[in-house]
Amino acid sequence: MLRILFFLLVVLAAPLSAQSYGPLQTALQAEPDLVERASRRTVNDVLARLAYTESPNLQAFLEAWSDRRVVMRGADGLFFIAEKDGDTYVLTDIDTGATSQLPRDDAKELRPNAGVRRVIGTALIEFQLNDPRRDARIDALTALERAGSAKLLEPLRASMVDEPDTEVAAMKAALERRLTARFDPDPAARIAAIGDMSDSIAIEDRAALSRILSTDIKVVAGTPPDTDNVARVLTPGDDLPLAEAHALLVEAGLAKAPVTPEDRDAALIAAIEGATVAGVPVSSLNDESARWAAYGTLSGATRPETGWGTIPTSDFDDITIFERFDEPNRDVTDAAEAASWAVETRLALHQTADLGLDALSLASIYFLAAVGLAVTFGVMGVINMAHGEFIMIGAYTGYVVQTIIPDYTLSLIVALPLAFLIAGAAGVALERLVIRHLMHRPLETLLATFGISIALQQIAKNIFGTQARPLTSPDWLAGSWVISDAISISWIRVAIFLLALVFLTAIVLVLKRTRLGLEVRAVTQNPGMAASMGIDSGRIGMLTFGLGSGIAGVAGVAIGLYAQVTSEMGAGYIVQSFMTVVVGGVGSVIGTLAGAGLIGGMQKGIEWLNPSNTLAAQTYMILFVIAFIQFRPRGIVPQKGRFAK
Amino acid sequence: MTLLRTPHVATVLICLAFFTLGATVLAEAGLVSTSFVKTLGKTLCLCLVAVAMDLVWGYTGILSLGHMAFFGIGGYAIGMWLMRARTEGIVAAQLDRAALPPTPAEIDQAAAVQIFGVVGSDEFPWMWAFSDMLWVQLLAVVAVPGLLALVFGWLAFRSRVTGVYLSILTQAGTLALSLWLFQNDSGLRGNNGLSGLQNIPGATEIPQSTLSLWFLWASAAALALTYLLAAWVVSDRFGSVLRAIRDDETRVRFLGYNVEAYKLAVFTGTAMLAGIAGALYYPQAGIVNPAEIAPIASIYLAVWVAIGGRGRLYGAILGAAAVSLLSSWFTGGGAPDINLGIYEILWTDWWLVLLGFGFVAVTLFAPEGIGGLFDRINRPKRVGDLGPDMGALRQEEARETSK
Repeated sequence: MLRILFFLLVVLAAPLSAQSYGPLQTALQAEPDLVERASRRTVNDVLARLAYTESPNLQAFLEAWSDRRVVMRGADGLFFIAEKDGDTYVLTDIDTGATSQLPRDDAKELRPNAGVRRVIGTALIEFQLNDPRRDARIDALTALERAGSAKLLEPLRASMVDEPDTEVAAMKAALERRLTARFDPDPAARIAAIGDMSDSIAIEDRAALSRILSTDIKVVAGTPPDTDNVARVLTPGDDLPLAEAHALLVEAGLAKAPVTPEDRDAALIAAIEGATVAGVPVSSLNDESARWAAYGTLSGATRPETGWGTIPTSDFDDITIFERFDEPNRDVTDAAEAASWAVETRLALHQTADLGLDALSLASIYFLAAVGLAVTFGVMGVINMAHGEFIMIGAYTGYVVQTIIPDYTLSLIVALPLAFLIAGAAGVALERLVIRHLMHRPLETLLATFGISIALQQIAKNIFGTQARPLTSPDWLAGSWVISDAISISWIRVAIFLLALVFLTAIVLVLKRTRLGLEVRAVTQNPGMAASMGIDSGRIGMLTFGLGSGIAGVAGVAIGLYAQVTSEMGAGYIVQSFMTVVVGGVGSVIGTLAGAGLIGGMQKGIEWLNPSNTLAAQTYMILFVIAFIQFRPRGIVPQKGRFAK
Repeated sequence: MTLLRTPHVATVLICLAFFTLGATVLAEAGLVSTSFVKTLGKTLCLCLVAVAMDLVWGYTGILSLGHMAFFGIGGYAIGMWLMRARTEGIVAAQLDRAALPPTPAEIDQAAAVQIFGVVGSDEFPWMWAFSDMLWVQLLAVVAVPGLLALVFGWLAFRSRVTGVYLSILTQAGTLALSLWLFQNDSGLRGNNGLSGLQNIPGATEIPQSTLSLWFLWASAAALALTYLLAAWVVSDRFGSVLRAIRDDETRVRFLGYNVEAYKLAVFTGTAMLAGIAGALYYPQAGIVNPAEIAPIASIYLAVWVAIGGRGRLYGAILGAAAVSLLSSWFTGGGAPDINLGIYEILWTDWWLVLLGFGFVAVTLFAPEGIGGLFDRINRPKRVGDLGPDMGALRQEEARETSK
């Protein structure tokens, strides 16, 4: 209605003003006095007239106006946005953006008062919320989210009516709900909005709820007055430390502060006369009770019944310390508490799901790192301590390939098989040159492969340096798969999971469906018998070693994608891999899978219980594994067959 | 003392005595630096822990990859007293300048701030409760490693965890301990470790050059005593049982011996010896931190013993001394770098590669280590009583597993 009126006004006024002005200037020049001496009452007229222009420069002008950056040129009474530059103003035309200079004395600054500026601010929000550009509307919503005040409700609700974009409309509706819950004058509307929020786990909704439920601590003698919305009564000593509670009492003037040791020492030091204080030699005051005794003499105070420097619990008699909601309406806080509980429960569910995903991805990494080890350990009964270094070789292969082939997708496609081949070849070489000659001496194999491991690590350090090398993932693996506000997983981890799945399938198929697999299983169960049946166990050993090391190489590329490539990266995985193999059961792929699942899940679970400390998580996990061995010494999936000891 | 008449034992003790006397004379004459005397003293401690490792691995066949953790614990136990006593001395001297003479609680508080300020704490954690009493910490040097070994060994041996499984478990336990120590709230200053241990409280006026000699003598004496103890243990019937367990555990069990008790006794005893070695080592090193306990340290220990020759007590001493001194010679830049024209081999970079491959070569071609070479020159008779250093003979490990 008002707009139509002003439309008419502007239409009538337009011919009167000079034609050369832009639309905003024209609107302002309609009644320059109202602009220059704007009051809270009259500024609305000006704003309506400006709004009618639908000028793209309107926002900039309103911002400048409310920031007191608008001046009126004395010569012709035109308005400009101005920047101070020494004794002159740099004027910016409000319509065209053209700049010019003006001495400061020739301009009159517009100084809108606080009330006017508030009105302009609200109008600005309204304009922003109805901005034809979608991004601008979203920006405005983000800004409003932070500002959060009762005044925003009306413009927001008005803007919701003709919001064309469904996504923005949903954002507006959500913000409206939050603002209603916090600021609507009608408690029933607030409670309804709070109820709506109870099935959302969005962080903004949780923040809004916790703002409604914000409390402060209050101390009263007797019981809390009815006007206070009590959240809970605090018991000193249980809910808050005694000293803190007493300090609150002292602050409220309900108790006397006890003499602290610092007060006592200060008093004693102030009263030192020569080598004595209060009649006793200073040198004797190297003891708490002596100092208190001297203080007693000095101050003439009697010793409190509970002893010096203690808090008398009788001070808390007939005192209530309680948390009070800042929100006075009980119904609103009750509704918010119920909603908050529902939200927390839902959030916990989502977080558990997220934790499950994390555990799954960790388990797939452990599986990839450990499965090669499980196969070789099962077949040959030796532990390859250089297994971690094969992971490292794979990762460095990926890094080198990436420096040669700049396209990340292509380099990854080349790196995966190449890492398998190189690490596999290294494994075959290790088996031929070292492990074969140490057959039947498992402890010496362990130590010899340690030697290899130390040497390989140092060689990598000498070639690539100690600094961590990045292995960049292609763009299509960047970012995360966001399922809800609490559930997300990076695409790299999803890819690693799929990779682990592929290898699991491949290994199981090879072991169960091929001649090689049959022979490998035979050697695992009873090497002597297998040899009698004509199986060349030396060849089988070499092939499985190559296979196991090759998988380690592929795991290295995968690990390098989300962690850094260093010469020590393998060492970090070796103990973890052994835990996986030992817990799962030696020589069994399914066992390794179970072991990886258990260890990955355990580790994430412990980290969740004690999130600040991942180091402690590893300690507890290792202790768990040691305990686990007590109950299932042969692992989750024990080795079967005559040779199994 | 028939033991002293055994040629090997007498030779080792006489060599040790000459070595210590020689080092003292050279140090007093100013021909070797204090830091070198400290290196020698530390090397003797490493030899001590190597003897313990030889007992547990070379004689009993338990490849423990955790004995350097016990060594580190010994260092931490004595380091707690050293650090606290010294800090309290310094703090008390500072507070004496205050208007009121300090109370014991104030000194404690100030010392705690001094020690734990770096990890954001201002009070002594529970495990420091008795750290102001030297005798408690001295007891802890043997008691804590002993107890840990007892519990771990009992759990592991009773469920018949043997061979590589046991090695990996000990390594995992070591890793767990070092990770735990790396935390700031472990109560042992996280990765800062304990430092300033070379300053002995109550002996601040004595110069480091004299202290280093005292520690050299103490280390030598401890090594001699440990050597005698170990030699006595393995020469007796007890030693025969240990070697039998190494060669065929199942058969010893069938003969009616309580294998687990023997293993537990050796595991625990050697852990205590490792603790003592650590308590002597770290005051000479000056600092102990969780990196010292990392699994790799225990692996090096096994490498020393393997290179020196398992199942010979002198082999362990020889291996530890030779490899650790060579290691500091190479990594300290003492070795001349080799210029190959296209590439210059810097030994600080390539020493570990040499050590790693050298170790593989020793395992492949000389499984009996340096000690085996001695045996080849001076092949002992295979009859009669086996002295303490004959443990490697009749080694049936290979035959046992190749059935």
